[in-house]
Amino acid sequence: MAVEFYSTKLQDAVNWARKYSLFQYPFVTACCGMEFMAVWGPKYDIGRFGAEFPRFSPRQADLLIVVGTITERQGPVLRRVWEQMCEPKWVIAFGVCASTGGFYQNYSAMPGCDQVIPVDVYIPGCPPRPEQVLDGLIMLQDKIKAGEGWVQKRERREHDAQRLAKGKLPVIG
Amino acid sequence: MSQAALDALKAKFGDAVRSTLSAHGDESALIDPTRNREILGWLKSEGFDMLVDLSVLDTLGLDAREHGRFEVVYSLRNMTSGRRLRIKAAIDLGVSDENPRIDSVLPLWKGANWFEREAFDMYGVEFVGHGDLRRILMYEEFIGHPMRKDYPKDRRQPLVRRDFT
Repeated sequence: MAVEFYSTKLQDAVNWARKYSLFQYPFVTACCGMEFMAVWGPKYDIGRFGAEFPRFSPRQADLLIVVGTITERQGPVLRRVWEQMCEPKWVIAFGVCASTGGFYQNYSAMPGCDQVIPVDVYIPGCPPRPEQVLDGLIMLQDKIKAGEGWVQKRERREHDAQRLAKGKLPVIG
Repeated sequence: MSQAALDALKAKFGDAVRSTLSAHGDESALIDPTRNREILGWLKSEGFDMLVDLSVLDTLGLDAREHGRFEVVYSLRNMTSGRRLRIKAAIDLGVSDENPRIDSVLPLWKGANWFEREAFDMYGVEFVGHGDLRRILMYEEFIGHPMRKDYPKDRRQPLVRRDFT
């Protein structure tokens, strides 16, 4: 019997595990919520990607999905929810309103939730089809695997800065 | 439909009813804004006992009128006969652009409370005697009244923005 083994960096193994166990916090504000429920349902079944488990407390979640229009008045709330989440964490902007403000151009709608929190993946559409959402989720998983999420990149920057301060060279990659 | 009510209104208040309009089964009257509570109180006692809605119109640039920029519109309903009546009162900004003022109808209808707060929030119409005239939809920090025609459509008043990249 042949002996099989894999070699990997610890960080890569951790990221691989992370990308298949996304606990999501749905921040649902508007009509996109309906399409979001379809993604959850048995037909499209987001559970195939290990992201079916909603946590309705930001402290237990690591994926914030901003679903729907964000108004200026909601800005501080959204920011607070994001700040309450434990790291590492990721953000998906679901639909054009969350991404750019969509067709709202007025006194009350925020032009995209990235005005207050960093967004990793934008899913356009009004609302997006479930296939688009799953595609966006896969894009996020690829990002997590590569360590390219916003929080992951910041973590690496800080780690490198600490090493530099100690007179060591930064870690490449 | 409510033509009889319009006629009775004119007979009772005379000059305080400035004009009436009856078209396609819709009756409306433009009244003297300083006597709105008196006229509406009388209509309430005459059977128009439900205040369905209270809204405001900003007619800036709509026509060439010199007075009466803001129209406060009361939509009434007679709950016995099912008839409807629309009462309008036209008011202006004060001498140095102070908010337009009109008497509150809160003593007549408790339900006018949030209607008037919304009208104040969006158009800056001050309802005298309301007692708790605060913003209802926008946040306290918001400056101005967004539904006025001279509010710039692209003016944002953010509460919070990212301070990191």
